[in-house]
Amino acid sequence: MSNKSGRKHEPLIHITKRASMVWYKAWIVRAVAIVAALLVSAVVITLLTKDNPVEVYAAMFKGSFGTERKVWVMLKELVVLLCVSLAVTPAFKMRFWNIGAEGQVLMGALGAAACMFYIDDKIPNVALIAVMLVVSILLGMIWGMIPAFFKAIWNTNETLFTLMMNYVAMQLISFFIMIWVPNGSSVMGTINSATESGWLPSLFGQKYLFSILIVAVTTVALFIYLKYSKQGYEISVVGESENTARYVGINVKKVIIRTMAISGGICGLAGFLLVSGINHTVSPNLAGGVGFTAIMVSWLAKFNPIVMILTSFLIVFLQIGAGEIATTFRLNESVADIVTGIILFFIIGCEFFVQYKINFRSKHKEEGHA
Amino acid sequence: MQENAIELRNITKRFGNVVANNNISLSVKKGEILSLLGENGSGKTTLMNMISGIYFPDEGHIYIDGKEVVISSPKDSFKYGIGMIHQHFKLVDLFTATENIVLGLKEKGRFDIKIAKGNVKEISAKYGFALDPNKKIYEMSVSEKQTVEIIKVLYRGAEILILDEPTAVLTPQETKKLFKVLKRMREDGKAIIIITHKLHEVMAISDRVAVLRKGECIGVVNTAETNEAELTEMMVGKKIELNIQRSEVVNPVDRLVVENVNYYDKEGIKILDDISFTARSGEILGIAGIAGSGQRELLESIAGLISVSSGSIKYNDPVTNETEDLCSKNPVQIRDLGVRLSFVPEDRLGMGLVANMDIVDNMMLRSYNQGKTAFVERKEPRDLAERIIKQLEVVTPSATTPVRQLSGGNVQKVLVGREIASSPTVLMAAYPVRGLDINSSYLIYNLLTKQKDSGVAVVFVGEDLDVLLELCDRIMVIAGGRVSGIVDARTATKEEVGFLMTKTDGGLTNE
Repeated sequence: MSNKSGRKHEPLIHITKRASMVWYKAWIVRAVAIVAALLVSAVVITLLTKDNPVEVYAAMFKGSFGTERKVWVMLKELVVLLCVSLAVTPAFKMRFWNIGAEGQVLMGALGAAACMFYIDDKIPNVALIAVMLVVSILLGMIWGMIPAFFKAIWNTNETLFTLMMNYVAMQLISFFIMIWVPNGSSVMGTINSATESGWLPSLFGQKYLFSILIVAVTTVALFIYLKYSKQGYEISVVGESENTARYVGINVKKVIIRTMAISGGICGLAGFLLVSGINHTVSPNLAGGVGFTAIMVSWLAKFNPIVMILTSFLIVFLQIGAGEIATTFRLNESVADIVTGIILFFIIGCEFFVQYKINFRSKHKEEGHA
Repeated sequence: MQENAIELRNITKRFGNVVANNNISLSVKKGEILSLLGENGSGKTTLMNMISGIYFPDEGHIYIDGKEVVISSPKDSFKYGIGMIHQHFKLVDLFTATENIVLGLKEKGRFDIKIAKGNVKEISAKYGFALDPNKKIYEMSVSEKQTVEIIKVLYRGAEILILDEPTAVLTPQETKKLFKVLKRMREDGKAIIIITHKLHEVMAISDRVAVLRKGECIGVVNTAETNEAELTEMMVGKKIELNIQRSEVVNPVDRLVVENVNYYDKEGIKILDDISFTARSGEILGIAGIAGSGQRELLESIAGLISVSSGSIKYNDPVTNETEDLCSKNPVQIRDLGVRLSFVPEDRLGMGLVANMDIVDNMMLRSYNQGKTAFVERKEPRDLAERIIKQLEVVTPSATTPVRQLSGGNVQKVLVGREIASSPTVLMAAYPVRGLDINSSYLIYNLLTKQKDSGVAVVFVGEDLDVLLELCDRIMVIAGGRVSGIVDARTATKEEVGFLMTKTDGGLTNE
């Protein structure tokens, strides 16, 4: 049976999971990854466009920080993405694959827009905004709880369910726009542009500051909720092992439905901010894929709301920067996308080296002899 | 004299330091049924997996029809006409019997399901199977599914059949039918190996019996020349002294009274069959039995994780002297009744603990909901974690290390430590020393004994008979979901318990 000796050969590359990595080492790995990403992108930019990569990076930076206005626009984008990322986090932490954030945001937006449209200036603005906030959150909650209910009772697949709910939400918005817009146009103009009722007021002359503050408070609240509350603890247990949850008597069905209510509710809040604080109108494309990007943001931050400020900034920074270099250098949008792709690839890919250790055969043997 | 269909010579298989099979030699003739008998972990499955190409032996040779062969994959095994019928069926629910049978076959030419159906019918008729080739798997009973699995290997031309505990899921009538079919296969010249724990089945069906114990082949005997007592002795071996400190029982009081409990699982299979027993304070009640005889379901039904189909589970409160009914209550309701019930489940990281959480967070699994605020209190769990790490000598970098990074023994110390910390009146532990080294095992035995001395009713589900006999005060033996006997651990012999473990027929034996 000598022909079997080949089986016993040690493979050339052998990957093992690390027990844990010291935090500063992990950050060194991540920093190296960003530098490497910038170098590789620089080569690609030079080869493809013959532009100076340093100038390209400078333009990218200017996209977010060039002028005061650009900073505010960047912050606006940031809080929307951050808010939806916060929303999907409790669900993902519970291993409930909520890819329906998009639809939950749209339902929140629809609720806010409907209140603005029907109530307008019939009640004081403060009261209207309060009503809009409640309606938005409630609609988001309902949209999140429907798939949760089916999952809890009949164990349906939440991925498909939440995904399909997105399309329902989009169609609902199209339907209401048709009713609201008199001439049969499918585009809704700015709602209440004359009265500005239902618009979040400017703070210190800044249009977006109110929204930013709301999301900041939500971030801290969610961080505390997940880390220090009993309900947050239950979410972790259910997510890690339903059997353990049963063993200690946690009502798994209740936790699933409650957590999705929270997840949907925060999505509804994001929808409210989009309509009341930012766009003052509604369209089926209002969310613009943020519900999906948010999943990446949440995972990158390992479900830590505070770290999510960083990861959502990273994504927004790259998106705006990509648009900026596309216009400044009159490049095809694709080049900008390639750069974004390379940077994201390195940043996400470096987590592999934080989690795993790679051992090479030859090196291993030398160590053995020593 | 018939020739050997398959012969194993000096087969050895090691997993790390563990020798799963040590120098085993066996043979099966054409037209013969060989029973493979042995306790859990005696190496039966490992041996069969080497014949079916799942493992490759470290040493030794395999001969088929007298010629040496190399079986390095399931494909090779299939090529040599070996077919294995696993305990857990591997069938596609939405396909018909025929579709499942031909699935994965690579025949030349156009595939014709009608011809396949004809072949299936022919095989069924030849051996006396009752099978509708057009029936979908999800509409089938367990025994029909098993029939599909058997025809599947016959269809592929198997001459050597291995059946892994085929009767475990069958009713007595279905077993009878299966045996009839097996006998016809024997007449047809097939070589059959059947793995089973049930002695009366061994006696009924096989020509010869091979007994494995701790990875070694203890002996091969002709069924006609042996009896159940001899086989039991071969299977369990002589008693080994372990020197576990066993204290005398002081003032036993009936703490947990289980009466006529029945439980059917989701598939409608009867898992617990009319179980009655009493666990007393200050006593360790051992539960012995072949793995999967209903031990897990019994403990889970007491702990409130599953609800029994019928019967009663009563708890006598030592403080109020009231009797509480635990049936159909969930763990929280049981705790709210003031019942101090601790449970160390078999699946430590999948049920008793959360693998990715640190020791502190695992400490609060049971108690996180105490206190009036909406927030969790981590101070007490942290103190408890530190205390357990110190007292039980848990080897860990810190109390905030995720438990998945701890070794098996340390994981168990954390779990047992937490369950004991709530000062229970009933402590149930399922296989608490499985996978632990000698020192950790003794630490757990001592902890259980200490609990017993302080008046706790301890229920210990174990697999090592020597341990059960030295640690426990009484041993309840479960076989096939029924209580086959309750014996005094101080006077019972290993053979007696081993015999009860394999006794699935006949009436109950009372102590």
